[in-house]
Amino acid sequence: MFSLFQYDFIVRAFAAGLITAVVAPAIGMFLVVRRYSLMADTLAHVSLVGVAVGLLTNTNPVLGSLIAAVIASIAIEGLRESKKVFGESILALFLSGGLALAVVIVSLGHGFSVNLMSYLFGSITTVSATDISIIAAAGAIILIALAVFYKEFFSVAFNEELSAASGMNVRAYNVALIVLAAVTVSLSMRIVGALLIGALMIIPTVSAIQFKMSFKKTLALSMGFSLFAVISGLFASYYFNLASGGTIVVIALLVFCLSLLANKGLKG
Amino acid sequence: MVKKNLAKKKLIELRNVHFSYGDNVVLEDVSFSVNAGDYVGVIGPNGGGKTTLLSIMLGLLKPSSGQVLIFGKKLSDLKRERAHIGYVPQRLSQLDANFPATVYEIVASGRTAGNGPFHVFSKNDKDAVERALAIAKIGELRHKLIGDLSGGERQRVMIARSLAGEPQVLVLDEPTTGVDIASQEQFYHFLAELNHQHGLTIIFVSHDIDIVANEVHSLLLINRKVVSYGPAKDMINKHYLDDLYGGKIDFTFHPHHHH
Repeated sequence: MFSLFQYDFIVRAFAAGLITAVVAPAIGMFLVVRRYSLMADTLAHVSLVGVAVGLLTNTNPVLGSLIAAVIASIAIEGLRESKKVFGESILALFLSGGLALAVVIVSLGHGFSVNLMSYLFGSITTVSATDISIIAAAGAIILIALAVFYKEFFSVAFNEELSAASGMNVRAYNVALIVLAAVTVSLSMRIVGALLIGALMIIPTVSAIQFKMSFKKTLALSMGFSLFAVISGLFASYYFNLASGGTIVVIALLVFCLSLLANKGLKG
Repeated sequence: MVKKNLAKKKLIELRNVHFSYGDNVVLEDVSFSVNAGDYVGVIGPNGGGKTTLLSIMLGLLKPSSGQVLIFGKKLSDLKRERAHIGYVPQRLSQLDANFPATVYEIVASGRTAGNGPFHVFSKNDKDAVERALAIAKIGELRHKLIGDLSGGERQRVMIARSLAGEPQVLVLDEPTTGVDIASQEQFYHFLAELNHQHGLTIIFVSHDIDIVANEVHSLLLINRKVVSYGPAKDMINKHYLDDLYGGKIDFTFHPHHHH
């Protein structure tokens, strides 16, 4: 039945997909509860600058996107703290600014716009062995950081003022979280694509929240939903020749709709 | 929590503290200290610098000049000890009702700052959380989500969160805002119990003069400067309150705020 695994590119796509599926909602959970849902999308657009530079200079685009997203994440947090620009406006600045810059760089090097498409919408046929190493290393760093600082991230997410009053370095945890989000965005890009990463980070979390469970259980359930969406999305993408990112997100949305209904059932 | 043998030890001390935002002087030459075991009410008109004073005591704001000593140390010399100031913020009703966490998770997060990173939640931590849940009498709510609680229940959760960190002093900012009268009375009774039976030092910031004056031992009247600081029973006379509120508010007036 699983004859598709005879192809190396499918094995790589699943490896990248599974890592993405676990990591994306883990970081997404902290973004959602802090009302930072748009952060993932913003970082994704900025990371396209790195992809464009990578394609132009013939270096690894995943690595390029990682560098671009991390630099942007630190700049965003710095600007947010300076309070010179509204939080939401900062995201809009970086989101459209990143896309504009990426498009300009792309138009400098004619002829790789087709290649760029795979970074915008995700493609299961293009995950390279190098990509897998980068994705696996980055994924491991994110999960370890989350495991070690889970309690601190929870406390800061629940209430910044309380955390600061008890002597916690709130600023450091904010920067750490957004940098981890930037890394997550870059490693998700191959499978779901830059335009749809935000959805994979956010939708499984808001679906899981409908079930009104503890923070930890909500986190676990969101990973479950995400794994389901990614695995079934990859299968559908292969058998029906669909764009993997779109398929995964549409499945995640279906799960969200069912979760909403279940929530109504729980209340009723 | 501190036992009674620590009484008289200065927990928080402000020396000649000034604070201003640009040209706007908020606090002028404020000096006072709070001893272990005290139950202090900080009252004053809105805009009189109460909230600024509280932020300075918590180390959230640095004074423009003057000294702040917490547990006898300068703020910059304090590290994990800051976790032993329990803080219960204003506007509990505005706590995010959709935050997906149980009462237990939130109370347990009161241990985080004191333990620091790389710490594994231990038996000792669990015991402290259980004690906090028991003192706040919310053990049966432990699996409920914070969003499903009433205002009075949330208030107890926030206190339990502070107690879990084993504080030496509890600082409360207008904690009864958005809580119904019956819950408020229970709440004051609960605070008195914490101070009396558990020896916990309490600093209570409020605009609600008559309730606070009946509950606390000492009153700090603040309106940019320290108008007066002393035993509550000596303070309840019109003279001081005239100074404080410029004679506009009579003590018999009960300033209920509607939200």
